[in-house]
Parts: sequence; C-alpha cells; structure tokens
Amino acid sequence: MNTQLPVLVVLIPLLIAPLIVLVRNPTAAWALFGAAAVSSFALAVQCLLLVQEQGLLQAFLGGWEPPFGIEYRIDLANAIVLCLVSGIALLVTPMAKASIEREISEPRIYLFYACLTLCLTGLLGMAATGDAFNVFVFLEISSLSGYALIAMGNSRRALLASFRYLVMGTVGGTFFLTGVGLLYALTGTLNMADLAGSLTMGFDSRVLIAAAAFIVVGLSIKIALFPVHAWLPAAYAEAPSAVTAFMAATATKVAAYVLLRFAATVIGPVVVFATLPIGTALVWLACIAMVAGSIAAIYQTDFKRLLAWSSLAQIGYIVLGIGLGTDAGASAALTHMVNHGVIKCGLFVIAGVLVWRHGQATVANFAGMPQQSPWLFAAFVIGALGLIGVPGTGGFISKWVLLQALIAESAWVAVAAVLVSSLLAVIYCWRVVEIAWFGDSDASQPPPAASRTPVGATLSLAMLSGLVVYLGVHSSWLVELTAQAGADLFGVGR
Amino acid sequence: MNVVIVALAIPLLTALAVAFAGRSPALRNAVTLIGGGLLAVVVFGAWPTVIGGDRPTWEAWAILPGIELLFVLEPLGLLYASVAAGLWPITSVYAAGYLEGAGEKHRTRFFVCFALAIFAAMGIALAGNLVTLFLFYEVLTLSTWPLVTHKGTAEARRGGRIYLGILITTSVGLLLPAIVWAGLLAGTTEFRAGGILTGKASPAVLAVLYALFLFGLGKAALMPFHRWLPAAMVAPTPVSALLHAVAVVKAGVFAVLKVSVMIFGLDNLDQTDASEIMQWVAGFTILMASIIALQQDNLKARLAYSTISQLSYIVLGATMATSLAAQGAGLHIVMHALGKITLFFCAGAIYVAHHKTLVSELDGLGRKMPWTFAAFGLASLSIIGIPPLGGTWSKWWLTLGALEAEQYWIVATLAISSLLNIAYLLPIVARGFLRPSAEPPHAGAPQDHGHHDGEAAATMVAPLMLTAVGCLAAFVLAEPAIRLLQGAIP
Repeated sequence: MNTQLPVLVVLIPLLIAPLIVLVRNPTAAWALFGAAAVSSFALAVQCLLLVQEQGLLQAFLGGWEPPFGIEYRIDLANAIVLCLVSGIALLVTPMAKASIEREISEPRIYLFYACLTLCLTGLLGMAATGDAFNVFVFLEISSLSGYALIAMGNSRRALLASFRYLVMGTVGGTFFLTGVGLLYALTGTLNMADLAGSLTMGFDSRVLIAAAAFIVVGLSIKIALFPVHAWLPAAYAEAPSAVTAFMAATATKVAAYVLLRFAATVIGPVVVFATLPIGTALVWLACIAMVAGSIAAIYQTDFKRLLAWSSLAQIGYIVLGIGLGTDAGASAALTHMVNHGVIKCGLFVIAGVLVWRHGQATVANFAGMPQQSPWLFAAFVIGALGLIGVPGTGGFISKWVLLQALIAESAWVAVAAVLVSSLLAVIYCWRVVEIAWFGDSDASQPPPAASRTPVGATLSLAMLSGLVVYLGVHSSWLVELTAQAGADLFGVGR
Repeated sequence: MNVVIVALAIPLLTALAVAFAGRSPALRNAVTLIGGGLLAVVVFGAWPTVIGGDRPTWEAWAILPGIELLFVLEPLGLLYASVAAGLWPITSVYAAGYLEGAGEKHRTRFFVCFALAIFAAMGIALAGNLVTLFLFYEVLTLSTWPLVTHKGTAEARRGGRIYLGILITTSVGLLLPAIVWAGLLAGTTEFRAGGILTGKASPAVLAVLYALFLFGLGKAALMPFHRWLPAAMVAPTPVSALLHAVAVVKAGVFAVLKVSVMIFGLDNLDQTDASEIMQWVAGFTILMASIIALQQDNLKARLAYSTISQLSYIVLGATMATSLAAQGAGLHIVMHALGKITLFFCAGAIYVAHHKTLVSELDGLGRKMPWTFAAFGLASLSIIGIPPLGGTWSKWWLTLGALEAEQYWIVATLAISSLLNIAYLLPIVARGFLRPSAEPPHAGAPQDHGHHDGEAAATMVAPLMLTAVGCLAAFVLAEPAIRLLQGAIP
C-alpha cells in the first residue's frame, strides 16, 4: 500500500520548525509546536489504524522505488512508536508554556521551540523511515537539537551536562554510522527491508559481526544502557523541565525501537541472538541496569535526578525484552515503552511544576507540600505506583507481559532482577512519599512564590495520570497490538 | 440489578460521599452507617441465591488479552464478604465513639480510607480470577496504609514502613511471579471448582508454586513474613479490630483457601503432596506465634500474635487438602473474626476509658468495666474453642480433617495451641476480675474528655457486646455457613 501518510507525519514538524524561527513570538512559537504535535499525532494514529486494517504502509520518496530511493515503511511496531512520540509531544504541550516562560529567557523562547520541534521531527523520522542511512540522519537531527535543548537549562551545569551528552552521543552516532557503512559495504544497499533479505542468507563474515557490534554499541549509548549511561542523569536533571518530560518519554524509547528493529529484522535474529551472544549480553546488562539504576535512585536528593536514575532502571526492562530475542520479548519491550513513557512523562511534569513554583525540586523540601497541593501529589503517587508496577497502573501491565516472556524462556535470573528492581522502586518512591507527608516542614523555608499549579500543567498531568490508570485497567488492546507487532517483527505467524 | 456490581459500588460510593460530607461529623457518620447497613443487607440478601446454586457474575472488561476484570459471587467469597460487610457497620459505630474518646484527628480521611478498604475487601471476595484478586489485594494494602500511619508520629511511620515494606515485597516479589507462572502453566487465571493446575506441572514445580503463593499472600502472615501485623498495631484500635483482625488478614487467608481449592484443587494437592512443606510452616507459625504472644505485655501486641497464630489454623486447614479441613478453615474465617474483633474492641475500650495499654496494668479493672471484661472473656473462650461458642465448630472441623488425613501431629498441634490460647488469653480476664486494683480509686484519674471512671461510652460498649453475643449465636447458628461451605468444597 503506497501512501504519503508516513512522510507527512515527519514532514509537517520539519516544515513548522523554520516557521517558528521566522515567527519569533513566544506564544505563537508555542502554538506552532502544539500544532506540529497535534498534526503528527493525528497522522500517526491514522497510520496505526491503516496498518491494522491493511498491513504495511510504504511511501517512496520522490517516487524512487526501493532499494534505490528512500522508503518510509510503517508496520505495527513503528506505528506504535510514532503514536507514542507524537502523543507525548501533545501531552507535554499544555505544560510547556508556563514552565518554559519561567525557565528560559524570553528572547530565546522561539529558538527553544524550534529546537524542540526539530527534536520531535528527528525522533519521528527515526521511527518512520525504512532506510538505514536515513535513520542516522534523523538520529543526528534529534541529537543535535537535543544538545541545544539541554544546554538551555538555566543553571551553568546544564552546559557541562549537554557537553557530556554531546561527546557520548557523537560517539554513539559515529558507531552507528560505521555499522551501517559496513552493512552497505557488504550488501550494497541501505534499505532496511532489502538489507534484511540480503543478510539472512547465511552470511557469517567478520564484517557482519563488526557491523552488528558497532550498531548495537552505538544504539546502546543513545538508549543509555548500562555501562554507557553516564550522560543521562545529568542531562535529564539540568535540561529545562519540559524538555526532560518530553525526552525522557521518547528519545531513549525511539533508540530502543531502532535497536529492536535492527536486531529482529535488519541484521536478523540468527546473527544477533544465535551466532553472537548479543542477546545474552543485552539481558545481563539490562539486569544490572535495573538493579543498579534503582539503587542509585534511592540515594538521590534531587527529584529530577531520582527520576533520571529510575529511568535508567526502567530502560533496563525494555532492553531486557529486546535481549530475549523472542516475539513475546519484543511485545514486552514495546508495551513498556508506552507505559513507561506515559508514567515518566507525568512524573517529570510534576518535577516541572515544582521547579516552576520553587525554583528547584529537592526531595527534602517536599515536607508539607501535599497539604498545599493534594492533587499534584496524588498524581505523584499514581506515577510512583506505576513505576513500582502495582496493579491498576500501566506499569503492572508491562511487568505482567515481561514476566510472561521471561518465564516462558525460563530466564529465572532476569525474573529475579525484575522483581528486585520493583522492590527497590518501592523504596525510592516511598522515601519521597514519606518525606512529603510526614517530614518536618522547615518553617524557615520561604513561602512558595505561587502555590497554584499552572492550568496547562494541570491539564497535562490530569491526562497523563488518567492514562496511567486507564492503561492499567483496560490494556488488552495495547497488549494485543504489541503482541502482533512482536510477531510481525520476528516473522512468527499468529 | 446485578448483586456483584451493587456490592462493589456501595463502599466506593460511601467513600466518595464521606469525602464530600467531611465538614459535618454527624452527616459523615450517618453516611458511613447507611453505606455499611446497605452493604450488609445486600451481601446477606445474596445467601439464598448462592446456596440455591446461582453464581452472579459480572464480566467488566478485558484488562489483558484473555484476562477479564471478572467478578463471580461463589460460596467462599460470599462467606468472606459477609464477615467484612457484617462487621463494618458495627465497627463504624465503634469507630465514631473511639475517635471521639481518643481525640484522633483527620477523621474524614480515616472514614474514607476505611470505606475504600471495605471496597477492596469486596473486590477480593468477588474476584473471579487471580489478576482481579491481585488488583484488589494491592488496593487493600494501599488504602490501609494511611490508617496504619494515622497518628503521623515517628512510631506510626516506622510501623507503616514495615507494613508496606513486607506486604508490597511479598506481593510483588512472590505473588506476582506466582500468578504469571500459574497463568502460563494453566492457560487461564480463573478460579474454577476443582482447580486449574491438575496435571499441568510436576509435583516439584507445584510445590514451589504453592510456596510462592502462600508466602506471597503476605496478609496471611505466615512466618517469617508476619512482622507487618504487630507493626500495624500502631493504628487506631478500630482499624486493628476490623482490618487487622478481619478484613486484611482474612483477605490473605481467604485467598490462600481459594487458591488451594480453586487454583490447585484439593485432590491435586493431596495426590502431589505439593502442600506438605507449607503444612509444616503453618504448624510452626501456630505454635511459635502463640509462644511469642505469651510474652507480650502490650495488650494489642498480644492480640496481634494471637491473630498470627490463628490465621495459620486457616492456612493449615487449606494445606491439609481434605474437604473437611478446608471447610473447617472456611468456618474459622468467620469464627475467629467474631472473636478477635470483640477482643480488639475491648482493648480499645480499655484504652479510651482508662488509658491502659499493658496487660500488667489491668489489675482490678474488670470490676470497673464488667461488661467489657465479660465480653473479653466470652470472646477468649470462643478463640480457645470451648462450647457453647462459635470457635468450637471450626476447631472441631479442623481436627476432623486432620484425623481424616491421618495427620496426627496436626491434631497434637491444634491441642497444644488451644492450651497456649488459654495461657495467654484467660489470665487477662482473671487479672481484671480477681486481682486487687493497682491504683487507689479516684487518685490521679485523668480528667480529659470528661471520662467517667467506669465503662467507655455506650457507642463503644454496645458494639463489643453485640459481637460477643455473636460468638455465642455462632455456636447455634453455624449451620447455614457449614452448608454454604459444603457447597463450595464438596
């Protein structure tokens, strides 16, 4: 089925970004970003529905047929990712306005939104494209705009955080590019479907092994998988709150999707999971990430850093699903991408509100705040329960699907790691709850500049918290979608 | 209208209504009482239907592919629901009196969480599959946490941390994998008569799975996961009475019984001996907790350890894997609930009227509070299992079951435990009535809240008399419950 829909999902935000630079007015810039988010989300949902109805969606850029031209190719897996990325952008939009006006000086706001729109474009492009080199192009678009966005954080530490991310991210991008180059040298094609066809013919060369290693390591850096995760906590903590809320829910997820795509189809499960021990390595690294990330989160004093370390642990669940190398594992990974995206976005929006109000979000200062703003902290409790994986929240559904995939493979160590990580999540979440509700509120603390929550943030939070609960109690459609997506990726008939 | 939906909706709506009625204490109490009364009427009204063989069902929607949010009213669940629903209105009256007398704050929050806990208990009672059960099991944990930490003191916070820590750890760490695993093995998580795991796994796997379930259901307080229950005693006494003697702990043992009967299947457990190890754990818990109870001077702590011991009766009944023992376990859910709630009501009345929390301070108090101590005595006799009190029947059935299974060590355990019960419960009554009063009359009597020197307020004494009489009545009126159980566990 040939349609221009997949191209439009990416093209509209790409065209809106320069428009924002021309318009310059902060409110108009915000509205344009919102328009980009709305239109991509509407188109992404359209894609998802079409894919469900009629299978693959293909778009050939410039009418050039693959493998010569660039192909945009949407199946269930990337349709889900497109919906997630654009949906999160949409949900962050109401919150961004007030938060960004507080955190970024007015003359730079339009540049900020231009970068944010470009970042959205890059992430959508990575998900939509069916061309390996095009993935790299969009990876760099999203990364470069990401460096700029993080550097706009209002403390000077943001520059250092951004620089560290820049160094790591560039290394990751280069690794990925090297891997793609080697694949091109082997096969003479860059189209991902074509590559998959050429490489499953029993290639067992050193070049292919090197390519696989380069690609997996490069993507791991973008995913922030242990032990190449060091850039993430500082970047998330120092970036403007709206950026963190958006990127935490999307950037690492899209990179994880690309890893899943390359492992399951392009390089192929035979090489990745059978010939090379990449699957096993991913499983072990994911287990370490889940446990170590959660332990580190327990010791954080800054709320944003706590959430960032928790993200590292949660990314472990996703990579664990990918590392299993089964369709059930892929399904678990995709399910957790959605659920964790929604949960963590909500939590970072809360962090944004606190920064907007108090200038910082230190856990020790939370004492007594639930009395002033009960709804904000109710939303926090919902998000925390989601991170723990309590039934009734999306996190439970993820854990259920993941545990099913793990037990089916008899991966008992990983089962134990998932459970230990959940219990550690109880500790780092409940530490915050206890301080907030029962801590001694410091009388000398200056009264909050404004104790109200901005209307936009309330709207964002209400939708995100509602979504966390909704995905926890009515998730069969999502799990069926991801199960089908996983089956399609691994070519398993269902 | 579907009785299942009504039974779930009433406590939930009550919670909402209490939250909105928060400003007026009279209205708030009235709402709680009306909700409690309605729920009791609805639940007890369902008895003829269920005994008649009908199973009202509500399939809400699919949570996961193939796993519905499913509610089925079956006899075991009805029994547990009746216990929780029947005692809720009585506890509401008592709680209003207690909170007034003890001067507790945040009463609206208290009653909202209380109604939510009952909502969760109804969900557990009606759950038609393991996932629904797990969902409401966690709602119960979380809705009772604010009640445990109600006072907000450092001690209450520490208690709350242990409470949440152990209950969440066991449920997420053990119960969740057990449910996923059982679902994978059986291809379903629904509760079905005769179980779903027969022939689906080797005896060794079944034994591991069974242990995961029983320890994972941490609310059953099997040792070594029992510490949360004494820790929860920092809660106001009405919470200890209804939740930590009835709704929460019984949710644990009810789930153990239901999983044994309707997931594993008693015949399956019997043939594979999958439950044998857990029998020993339960037997050990019965004796060990009784011995610890003997050494507790704090009245509520003693009652808490007594609860731990009594809960393991029910677990033991389930693990024996004979129908008689399982029926005895079901009966014990009811009988122990009536007895233990009375004991806690008495402990709360003693605290409010005389600010006494230690057993050693109770000398001569029985003469000042004759009704309270009489009720305490009756309930103690019921727990010990002396006729004509309700507790007799459950011990009778459990012993019969042990004899049928030819497990003589269990008979011995039950007998020794009864002796230990006598040793830690009756001296309290004896102190109250027989020992001379420790303090001279009218010297340094607390002047706060205008307490008189005798019984607590009528709103507290009446409920505890009612439940004590209930222990007596249960001896005579046990027949419908036994018939219900025979229907559930043929």
